[in-house]
Amino acid sequence: MTVALAPAPLFSGSDWDFALINRIYETVEPIALQEMKLDIYPNQIEIISAEQMLDAYSSIGMPLFYKHWSFGKQFVTNEMMYRKGLRGLAYELVINSDPCINYLMQENSATMQTLVIAHAAFGHNHFFKNNYVFKQWTDAEGILDYLEFAKRYIAQCEERYGQLPVERVLDAAHALMNQGVHRYPRVRPRDLKAEAAREAERQAYRDRIYDDLWRTVPTGARADAIPSDARRAALGLPQENILYFLEKTGPRLESWQREILRIVRLIAQYFYPQRQTKAMNEGAATYTHYRIMTTLHERGWLTDGAFMEFLSSHTNVVYQPTYDSGQFGGFNPYALGFGIMSDIERICLEPTEEDREWFGDIAGSGDPMEVLKDIWANYRDESFVSQFLSPHLIRQWRLFKILDKQGDSELRVDAIHDERGYRRIRRSLAREYEIGRQEPDIQVVDVDLSGDRKLIVEHSVLDGVQLDEGDAAMVLQNLANLWGYEVLLKEVESETRKELKSHSAQPNMAWLR
Amino acid sequence: MHIVDRRLNPGGKSLVNRQRFLRRARAYVQQAVRDSLKDRSIKDLDKEGQISIQRDVIHEPTLHRAAQGGSRERVFPGNRDYMEGDKIKRPDGGAGSGSKAGQGDGNDDFQFALSREEFLDLFLDDLELPDLAKRRLIGGAVDGIRRAGYSTAGNPSNLSVPRTMQKAMSRRLALRRPKGADLARIEEEIALIEARDPPLPDDAVRLEALREERSTIIRRRNLIAYIDPVDLRYRRFETVPKPVAQAVMFCLMDVSGSMTEHMKDLAKRFFALLHLFLSRCYEHVEVVFIHHTDRAAEVDEQTFFYSTVTGGTLVSSALEKLIEVVQERFRPDDWNIYVAQASDGDTMQSDNGRVVSLMQQEILPFSQYFAYLEVGREEFADIEMVGTTTGLWQAYAPVSDANRNFVMRKVHHRREIYPVFRELFQRKGVAERSS
Repeated sequence: MTVALAPAPLFSGSDWDFALINRIYETVEPIALQEMKLDIYPNQIEIISAEQMLDAYSSIGMPLFYKHWSFGKQFVTNEMMYRKGLRGLAYELVINSDPCINYLMQENSATMQTLVIAHAAFGHNHFFKNNYVFKQWTDAEGILDYLEFAKRYIAQCEERYGQLPVERVLDAAHALMNQGVHRYPRVRPRDLKAEAAREAERQAYRDRIYDDLWRTVPTGARADAIPSDARRAALGLPQENILYFLEKTGPRLESWQREILRIVRLIAQYFYPQRQTKAMNEGAATYTHYRIMTTLHERGWLTDGAFMEFLSSHTNVVYQPTYDSGQFGGFNPYALGFGIMSDIERICLEPTEEDREWFGDIAGSGDPMEVLKDIWANYRDESFVSQFLSPHLIRQWRLFKILDKQGDSELRVDAIHDERGYRRIRRSLAREYEIGRQEPDIQVVDVDLSGDRKLIVEHSVLDGVQLDEGDAAMVLQNLANLWGYEVLLKEVESETRKELKSHSAQPNMAWLR
Repeated sequence: MHIVDRRLNPGGKSLVNRQRFLRRARAYVQQAVRDSLKDRSIKDLDKEGQISIQRDVIHEPTLHRAAQGGSRERVFPGNRDYMEGDKIKRPDGGAGSGSKAGQGDGNDDFQFALSREEFLDLFLDDLELPDLAKRRLIGGAVDGIRRAGYSTAGNPSNLSVPRTMQKAMSRRLALRRPKGADLARIEEEIALIEARDPPLPDDAVRLEALREERSTIIRRRNLIAYIDPVDLRYRRFETVPKPVAQAVMFCLMDVSGSMTEHMKDLAKRFFALLHLFLSRCYEHVEVVFIHHTDRAAEVDEQTFFYSTVTGGTLVSSALEKLIEVVQERFRPDDWNIYVAQASDGDTMQSDNGRVVSLMQQEILPFSQYFAYLEVGREEFADIEMVGTTTGLWQAYAPVSDANRNFVMRKVHHRREIYPVFRELFQRKGVAERSS
């Protein structure tokens, strides 16, 4: 493709104004949409000050949120870190909504604004719109309206019932927030027609197999038909979404309390995809901005100086400290995502023998953008790493795997970057991103309906790692308060079904009133 | 693509959350604020500051897997010389190979910064100046302005449009001024009849009646104005004198040679606290600084806190100076007078009589409150000093017994300053205050 070179660079120096932002956007847009063929929600770019960025930070990045002290806590921490210079603020914030809202900080230089537009307005935006996890779980059109509703509703509750009772419900709900997520695709509401059709089908089946003879078969005194199973089915158990369970069946909750649980749960659900796609999301955005910025520079839209500024900031973003550098705090999602995606580009364009063996379907395909877009749409972190972490990258990053077995006195280096180790390392790293492993598997399994209404919750223990005891006790207390009766949490070895430990909590009677 | 400039949107969205957070942790924050002041220098006493509180008060629990126990595997970048099968000693963090380092909410303290206002609010919460009784109203200079209804005359800029329109409307209704719509309706009908061709038989009569009605309406509309000068209403303001309680605080300090740096530091801290407290709580508080050796001088704040002088000790000189200043500038009838004195208790035996008599005869009668702070050596901080009272203390003791508005305290160590200060200025119970 022959492309006209820029008549003059977009800007020189670091100052920007609204006209320049417009020009930048108009220059970036054709590269992103026509050349890279990204598919995005319409963009809305909002310029905010550093103060406002701090505000946005402390309400999980959302422009409006209900009031709660924990956001204040977040705020004072961020504020202090920022003031002491321990942490800079993010250059941008982007909200998965339709239209996609991008916050740009006024303190950014013109180069940074270009970078941020490429990163957020095109990279993240494309990812939000196309990735299957987001498509499945989040409702980009409705989120801002919903937050508005939530904010208003909670403020009304505070007016009507007082700040303290509302705060208590929110505290309890926040403690269970991670257990307020449906992990499997939502059940579509059944419509009446389908219901009727199924009922008719069942009736027809009964008619067909009807035989009067059965009536004559003597029956003994029958025991109650499997009461526990029936009960559990009626309650929809086992249920891993504890907040959902409480909202629907909590015997002592007022309707406004149920609504608050629902609000917290729906917001948790909205953020659920983000937790599963951290590396991919950031990787996609970083890869996009890298391509766009390079293209802009090649065509003369960016001065060499601006490009150097970009490179310096880009390098910081994708820096991965090694395990012994003292700064190591896990894998940097930007670095991991960008690393794998750049490697995929290399595999598509200049594959080695090894790549052809490992990635036969994409090696040498010649069109990295198509391959990447397919990946961005159809993978999440776990599957992405387990499919596309290449031996080349494992060697480049010198990855190794450590095994810490219960009972052993020493750690063992289980795999390094060699022929024997590639697959093991890849599998192991992928498992670190598996959401089911990051978080404990906790389910409501039963309620003692005929007795004291005790709620039974089970943690299925993987690899012998139990719950953090102090926190578990506190959360359990909150759960008991919401449920209104005793709650029992059993920790059960997932394979052997052996019970390792159990905690229980009695509700605090003063709590609900 | 839209660009929206949000920079001018009202900021401080997190203010409510921040306040809620502070309220929740109030008791702990207050304690932390008080602790933090122990080690602040005088200059920084009222700066905004960073404080830390225990984490568990504001902990948000979640169900998560423990950092210890169980089998784990983890991938790291940057292998240097490990080979497969190598054994590594567990790092000191115990099991888990530091894998939860990123979550770091251990039990370390939670740190954050308070603004100056928040800091002082928490710090000076529930303190008050004892018995601010003599209130004097001084008019004139401190007039406030407040709304006082409406008037029929006034400055055009104070015209109240809604009120004027309301008046005009009620007048128009009362005088039954024809509406524009009535006129329009009649005009329309006239036009209709005039245009009719051929005219109906009674059209001429009807037309005549309509025309007459029209001229009546027009006349009435002209006579009754839409807005009349009598409708005009102006917002009225009046000035009100605001009552102001004025007080003066005297700070007396011995700066003679016997006062060690440590003692001066204690005294200065006390006065600094006092100054802070007064200038915050009372708008009209004057502070007079007097330091003395064997001579006393009225000095400014800077000199008082930071200069050094040498000489003997004559407490009466300071008291005389105090009386002089009061007579000169602060008529006891108009001012509430508070005195705080700091000294190491060193005095000339011969001077004591004069000191006591000045105190009894002159100073205490016009003072609301007199606080004497005796600063001692740090070494004696923890020793109960039985029977080793200083000269000044001995002299003051009977005065203190005889007068409710005279109090004395001893301080040896920095950490005692704040408790003593609180004790002196603690807000009294309601019953006690009303008596």
